[in-house]
Amino acid sequence: MGQLIDRRLNGKNKSAVNRQRFIRRFKQQIKKAVTESISERSIIDIDSSEHINIPARDISEPVFHHGQGGSDETVHPGNSDFVSGDKIKRPPGGGADAGGQASNEGEGTDDFTFELSREEFLEFFFEDLALPDLTKTQLARIVEHKPVRAGFSNDGIPTNINVIRSLKGALGRRLALGGPLRKRLREAELEFEALQRDHAGSHSDAIIALEEEIELLKKRIKNIPFIDTFDLRYNNHIKQPMPSTRAVMFCLMDVSGSMDQARKDIAKRFFILLYLFLTKTYAQIDLVFIRHHTVAKEVDEDEFFHSRETGGTVVSSALELMYNIIKERYPSNEWNIYAAQASDGDNWHDDSPICRSILGENIMPLVQYFAYVEIMTDRHQRLWHEYETIKDTYDNFAMQDIATAGDIYPVFRKLFKKQLA
Amino acid sequence: MSKKNYISTSSEWTFDLISRYDAEIGKLAEEYGLDTYPNQIEVITAEQMMDAYSSVGMPLGYHHWSFGKQFMNTEQRYRRGQMGLAYEIVINSNPCISYLMEENTMTMQALVIAHAAYGHNSFFKNNYLFKSWTNADAIIDYLLFARNFISECENRHGEEAVELTLDSCHALMNYGVDRYHRPSKLSAFEERERQIEREEYMQSQINDLWRTIPTKEEKRETKKQNFPSEPQENLLYFIEKNAPLLEPWQREIVRIVRKIAQYFYPQRQTQVMNEGWATFWHYTILNTLYDRGLVNDGFIMEFLQSHTSVVFQPPFDSPYYSGINPYALGFSMMSDIRRICENPTEEDRHWLPDIAGSDWIQTLDFAMRHFKDESFIQQYLSPKMIRDMKLFSVLDDDKKLKLEVTAIHNEEGYKAIRKTLADQYNLSKREPNIQVYNVDRHGDRSLTLRYYQQNRKPLHKSMHEVLKHVSRLWGFTVRLETIDEKDQLEATHECAVER
Repeated sequence: MGQLIDRRLNGKNKSAVNRQRFIRRFKQQIKKAVTESISERSIIDIDSSEHINIPARDISEPVFHHGQGGSDETVHPGNSDFVSGDKIKRPPGGGADAGGQASNEGEGTDDFTFELSREEFLEFFFEDLALPDLTKTQLARIVEHKPVRAGFSNDGIPTNINVIRSLKGALGRRLALGGPLRKRLREAELEFEALQRDHAGSHSDAIIALEEEIELLKKRIKNIPFIDTFDLRYNNHIKQPMPSTRAVMFCLMDVSGSMDQARKDIAKRFFILLYLFLTKTYAQIDLVFIRHHTVAKEVDEDEFFHSRETGGTVVSSALELMYNIIKERYPSNEWNIYAAQASDGDNWHDDSPICRSILGENIMPLVQYFAYVEIMTDRHQRLWHEYETIKDTYDNFAMQDIATAGDIYPVFRKLFKKQLA
Repeated sequence: MSKKNYISTSSEWTFDLISRYDAEIGKLAEEYGLDTYPNQIEVITAEQMMDAYSSVGMPLGYHHWSFGKQFMNTEQRYRRGQMGLAYEIVINSNPCISYLMEENTMTMQALVIAHAAYGHNSFFKNNYLFKSWTNADAIIDYLLFARNFISECENRHGEEAVELTLDSCHALMNYGVDRYHRPSKLSAFEERERQIEREEYMQSQINDLWRTIPTKEEKRETKKQNFPSEPQENLLYFIEKNAPLLEPWQREIVRIVRKIAQYFYPQRQTQVMNEGWATFWHYTILNTLYDRGLVNDGFIMEFLQSHTSVVFQPPFDSPYYSGINPYALGFSMMSDIRRICENPTEEDRHWLPDIAGSDWIQTLDFAMRHFKDESFIQQYLSPKMIRDMKLFSVLDDDKKLKLEVTAIHNEEGYKAIRKTLADQYNLSKREPNIQVYNVDRHGDRSLTLRYYQQNRKPLHKSMHEVLKHVSRLWGFTVRLETIDEKDQLEATHECAVER
C-alpha cells in the first residue's frame, strides 16, 4: 500500500522554460518563418497566433546511427504465404521496416510545426524594428457619453419602472401599515368570541361595539392599497463619459509605376505597425484603403497591396476621396480617424499646393493623427515641402523618411512621439 | 465465481477508490510474489502528462531546448488529435513514482496501478540490468543535483555555453555506457567519488578565491604509442576524463549526461521484457480480481478492450505496421512461459525442457531477474510463439536485387528466427559500434574514432553533424575511420574544430 498524491494543483507549465529555450535557440529559423508569414497575412489578422513551420532538419539532434545499405536481416510478424527462399521485390522506400525507422531518426523532410502565441509572434515581428512598448502610449480619444445603470431612483419614466423593487416596497409598506390593524383585529375577534361564549344569545352593547370595530378594522385593512405611487422605483441611469472605441484608419498609398514591390512592403509594414498600435487602444477599427495614381480609388486590402499600376501621380485625388469618405461614413464626432500615407514622394508638380490646401483646411481638423512617410526617396520634391508647412501648423501631423525596413520602427516612434503623454 | 463484492461499479474514480484498488491489487501482487519498491501514486492532468513526456519521463530534468521541442511536438499532436497520451508514466525510483492521468476512468486507473505500480515496479527492483546499472534510491536526488548544477553553470557561464556543451553531450548520449562490461562496484565506489566532486562543487560555490584560479587541465605527456591502449567504447567517459580543453564544469556536465544515459541504458535493453512483464501482471491481476468477484462485468470488458488494443500486433503488410510491438511480443512470451509451465506439450518438453512443467511463478520470476530482451528471446521464444505470430525473417542485402525470405515459422526456421529476432534486440547490433581508437598525443592532439562495421552497414550521414559535436568537446580535430569486417580501413571522415 503506497502513497497517493494529488499533483493536479501543482504547476502545469513545467515545460515553459524549455519552450522558451527552444524559441530562443531557433530564433533565426522562426524569424524567417514569421517574415514569410507576414507577407501572406492581411493587416487585420497579423497578430493572431501563428502556426510556424520550420524545416525539421534544422532542429534535428544528430546521433550516430546506421544509414541505408549493407545487409540486414529482420523478423516480421504475420506471414501468410511466404516460404523460405522466396524472393520479394524490394518495396519502395527501403522496405516495410524502414518506415518506422525513418521517422524515429528525424530524417523526414516534414516541417516541424508549432504554434507561437500572439505575444511571441509580435515579438518576432517587431524584432528587426526594435522593441516597441506600445501599451504605454496614450492616444487622444473622442469622448462619447454612454448611459450606465446606477442604482434606483424614486422618479422616472414608466419604461424604467423596476417591478421587483417596486413590489418589494409595496409589500413592505402593506405589512407596515396593516400590522397594527391586524393585531387589533385579532384581539377584537378573540374578545368577541369570549363575550359570545359568556353571554350566548344576548346582544349586549359590548358585543355590538366589538362587531362594529371588527367591521371597521377589516375595512381599513382592505383599504390599504396594493401598490402606491409611493412604492414605485425606477432604474436609474446616469451618463458616463466613454472614450469612443471606434477608430478608422485610412491607408493611402501611391501605386504609380515608381512604387515597386520593395517600397510597397515597407509601406505595408508601416501600415501594420499603425494598425497594431491602434488595436491597443480601440476595440473596433475600420480600415479604408485608398490607392491612387492620377485618380484615387477605394479598394480592398488585397488589391491595395498587390495590384500595380503605372502612370503619373496626383496625390490630391486620394486626399479628396478620403475627405469624401469621412464626410459620408465616418463622422468625426463618433470616430477616431487616423490616416497614414505612404508615397515615394513623386507628385505632379502643380498638384502639391492643392494637397496642402485639402489636407490643411479639410482633413486635418477632422483627424486624430495623420502620418506621412516617404519611402526610399532620393530627393524631396515639392509635396514634401508643402507638407512641411502643414507640420508647422498642426501638432497631429507627422512626416518622415524611411530608407530601409529597419527604419520603420524608429520612424514610427518618432512620428508618435508628440502623442506620448 | 465467489460472492460479489464489487469495489466499484461506476467508471468515475475517487481517491478513496484508488486507494482501495491499490490495496486489493497490492494484496494480489504479494500473493503472486511480486517484490516491489514502495509505491507513490500521483494523479496528474493531461498538461502535466505532456510535461512529463517531454522530459523523457524524468520527474525533474535540467532545462534544455530539446525538451521544449519535444513538448511542443507532443502538445501540437495531442491538440490536433493525432495521438493520445500514454495512460501512465512510471519512474524507476525508490519509492517508485507512477503517474495516473485524471482523465482516465476507474478501470484504467486500476489497470495502470497493476501495470506500473506493481508490474514495472517489480521489474525495476529485480531485473539484473536495473540492479547493476541504476540506483533507484539516488536517482531523484541526482536529478535534482544535476538540475541545480546546470542552472548554476548557466548563471556563471551563460545559457549559451551550457547549451552548446549539452547539445554535444546529447549527440553522444548513446555512447556514454560501457556496453560490454558491467559497471564495477557502482554503488560504493561511484558514490564516494560522486561525493568528493560534490564537495568540490560546493567549495567552489563558497570560496570566491577558487573561482579565479585558472582551471586549465595540465597536459601530461606520455610515451605511449596508442592512447588509449585499448579502444574504448564509452566516448563520454573518455572525453570527460581526457579532453584537454574542457573546463571542470563542462566535465561535470559530460558526467551528468553520462550518468543519465546510464540510468536509461537498462530501459533500452529491456523494453520487450519490461512491458511484457507489466502487461502480463496487469492482465493476470485484474482477471484474478474479476474471478474473486471484486470487479464487475463492465469493468472487465472495458479492461479487456483496452488491453487487447495495447497488445495488438498488426501484420507486416498492414498500413499500421511499424515493427514488432514490444507489448505484444513481451506479453505473449510471458503468457507462453506460463502455458509451458502449466500445460507443456511434447514440443515444449523438447525445446524448453528446463521449464516445461515447472512452477510458473518461479520460472517467470527467474526470467524477469536474469535476462534482457536479447537473451530472453534467445532463451524462451518457443516454436508455438513463432507459429502464433507467424514470424518470418527477411534478408535485405543491397548487393542483391531482391529481398529474400530466409526463414519462416516451420521446423527448419524456428532456430534461425529465434536467433535473428534476438539479434534484433541486441543493442550492439542496433547501434553502430564506434570506439575511441587513438589520440595523437605528440602531434596535433587529434582524436581518432573507429566505426567497426557489421554487415557492411554504412553510417548515416548525420555522423558529420555528430563529429562536429565531438570535436567541440574534444577541442581538436576528430577523425572517424570506418573499419570493415576484414579489418580494412574503408573510409575516413575528418572534422576540424571550429574556432
